[in-house]
This record gives sequence, C-alpha cells and structure tokens, in this order.
Amino acid sequence: MVRKTEEASIAIAEAVKNCEPDVVACYPITPSTHIAETLAKFYSDGELKCFIATESEFASISAICGASAAGGRAFSTTSSQGLALMHEVVYAAAGMRLPVVMVVGNRALSAPLNIWCDHQDSIAERDSGWIQLYCESAQEGLDTAIQAFKIAESTMLPTMVGVDGFYLTHTVEPVDVPTVEEVRKFLPKFNPQVKLDTENPISIGEYAMPADYQSFREDVHKDNLAAKSKIVEVHNEFQQMFGRNYGGLVESYRSEDADYVFVGMGSVIGNAKEAVDELRAKGKKVGIVRIRSFRPFPEDEVRKMLEGKKHVAVFEKSYSMGSFAPVYADVVNSLYPLKKRPMVSSFIGGLGGKDVTVKHVAEIFKTIRKREHMRVWV
Amino acid sequence: MKFAIAKPRTSRENKTGDWRSSRPVTDTAKCIKCGTCVSVCPEGCVSGPDVKKSIQERELPKTDYDYCKGCGICANECPVKCIAMVLEEK
Repeated sequence: MVRKTEEASIAIAEAVKNCEPDVVACYPITPSTHIAETLAKFYSDGELKCFIATESEFASISAICGASAAGGRAFSTTSSQGLALMHEVVYAAAGMRLPVVMVVGNRALSAPLNIWCDHQDSIAERDSGWIQLYCESAQEGLDTAIQAFKIAESTMLPTMVGVDGFYLTHTVEPVDVPTVEEVRKFLPKFNPQVKLDTENPISIGEYAMPADYQSFREDVHKDNLAAKSKIVEVHNEFQQMFGRNYGGLVESYRSEDADYVFVGMGSVIGNAKEAVDELRAKGKKVGIVRIRSFRPFPEDEVRKMLEGKKHVAVFEKSYSMGSFAPVYADVVNSLYPLKKRPMVSSFIGGLGGKDVTVKHVAEIFKTIRKREHMRVWV
Repeated sequence: MKFAIAKPRTSRENKTGDWRSSRPVTDTAKCIKCGTCVSVCPEGCVSGPDVKKSIQERELPKTDYDYCKGCGICANECPVKCIAMVLEEK
C-alpha cells in the first residue's frame, strides 16, 4: 500500500486503475469529474488500457455495457443528471447481467439546479437491480471501488459505489491506495461464462415474451438478495488482506447497548459519530447503525441491530415525493415482523448540500427522547 | 443465474404470424407477377416472382403466413389491386 495525502477522487481513480479495467468510459460531470479526469490522464500516460471520452453519460454506460458483454472489466463514473441520463441503460445492465462498476459522486437532482451532495441521484436507481454501496470516507470509497469489481464479477450484477459529492469527492485526506500487485492478489481476472464472441455468436438481453420476462426479473431480484453473503465475504477477504473493516453490510457504532439509534448512510455518519461520542461522554445511551449496502437491503441485520431500542431516527438525504423517505421505509419494513417494535422516526436533511452538523445530529437525538413518531425535514 | 441470450437464427422460432388481424389473399388470376409485393414486404415473407426473369418465366407470389403480420403494405402497393386483406377470424 502507498500511504499519501490526496483528494478522494484522485485516490479512487488510482484504485480503479490498479484494478486494471479493460475499458473506462466517462463523461465529466460535477462532482465526479476529477475521477474521470484522473483516469483520462492515466490513459494518456499509458497507465490505462482504454479510456473513451464519450459524448454523453448515455454513451458512457452504453460503452461499458458493450465492453462488459464482450468479457471486459469496465468502469464509469457519474453524478446527478448524468446518472439520470443513464437511467434506461442502468436497468438494461442489470437485466443483461453485466458486472460493470460505477462510482457515483452523489449529488442532488434538478430542479432547481444544484451541484451539491444528496443521495437522490442513486436512490432514484434503487429498483434497477444494481448493488448499491454507500461510503463514509475517502478510504472507504476507494476500498469499496476495488471490492465492487469482485462483488460484481462474482454475482454478475452491476455495482454502484456511492461517495458523497464534495464531502468526499473533493476532500483531501490521508489514504492508503493498494498497489497493482496487491490488487492482483485480491481480485482475480474477469472470465465470464457468457460473453460476446465472434466464433460463437449470441445476443444478450434478448426479447422475452410475456411467459418468460418475469422469470428473468425475478432472478435478478433473488440474485441481488443473495449477493448479501458475497458482499460480506469480499469485505472480510479485503479486511484480512488490507486490515480495514467497514462492517460489511451494516456498521454499528456504539449501538449495541444504546436506547436511541441514528440510522444513516454516507459521509454524514462522520458527524454523527462525533455527536454520539459527545453524548456518550455525558452518559446518554446513543449509537449509530450505518447502512453500507442499500441494495441488497440488509433486512435481517438491521432488525437484529435495532430490536429492543427505544427510538430509532432514520436520517437520509433523499425522499420519495408523495410517500415516505426510502431508507426509513426499508427500515420500518425490516422491523415489522418483530412483536415489540421500536419507535421509528424519519428525518430528511442535507438535500442539495444543506449543512448537517454535529449539532443537528445531537438535536435529532434530543428530539427522539420523546416516544412519539415524527417525520421531520431538518 | 439466468442469462437472456439468443443464438443466431432463433428469431425464426418466433412465429409472428399470430399477431395478424387480417391476412393478404392474392387473386392469382389477376396477378401480373410484377414482384412489387416481394420488394415492399417489410418482413420479407412474400416470395415467388423473380424480377430478373421474364414475365412468362416468373412464378406467382406466395405469402409465408408463419411470419406475415398482416400490415397490408402489399395490398396497398399492388398495381392491379389483386391482393385483398381478409379479416382473420378465430
């Protein structure tokens, strides 16, 4: 490993380069631009096999799907409107079982136009069949990008790695970047059982009549759920080799004996941890459950971690207009089978980069000391 | 794990003829074997008159009802109007 201090985007690009992808195709969009830009530089320096500077995000994802169908390891990165433009092919990638990897620099969706962080862009793709992992730090972002190739290629499901725009993508942090030799020991060569081959021609993602279509979709869903064990397995292998632990599917922070728990995803957990430490020092029984794998959703793990708690605050940077906040809805669904369920409240905040400080988290913990159900925009 | 893949020529297994709501029926007595129906069929399911041959040597047109979707272009374009679109009744 090479320990250095650099911007997360550059570190992520280095980690991706060290995974030796066959094809990288990107269209720059804030805040993921530096990842694309750095990969383009690696290509011009002869350190990357192929970089396609595409004319749009739709073309980027189409290019990496083609590369993946031909048996190549393929990568792209995007944010916000770019991901929205990819939407049609995002679904096709999962249905065609193409294990591409994409790092999403999470950013708000228009309108109004906003370039700052929230999770709405990738949450809008949650039902597509992709695996979605959300990261707390720059180090986790680059480590998860490496893990994502292994998870994707062993489950034949495309994998999205969420890193918070600006909070992570543009933050300079000390990071350890595994070298090419180290990554080679961790990540085997990609050798799919089904691929495009001129000697033995096939079409992938073919027309399916009403009698067949549903069974393919059901299969994607079941394999996505089954990927839970693969995510944990790959995470544990990575931990053994590189010594870093992110909890696998869900991470608990001082939540074991807590009565009040903050549930969230992404970089906000950094502030939440600080708030918990401050409150713990005052004797308050508070803790955090961080969802790392949003798809597949770790239903059993969440239920186990939250059983017996007094009040759970689900905080998220996304929402479903006219309904519930998505992470909140999944947490509530997971807890439903319990006979005695904790109270769960929904907190939406940080949209379009709105500040969520240590104080805000402390305030949320204060609010949920009351036992009544709440839905609050922070 | 299921892959939605297809090998070449498997589209032949999709008999699209059952999509048809009306079928083209050619009045062979009126047909002049000009070959227009062969060249305008978007599915390539009319065969017979070979325009490289003289009128006398040409065969009468034949529609492959396994794949004909009943679009009616042949009937519309026929210069002598010898193709009738007959409602399919099941």
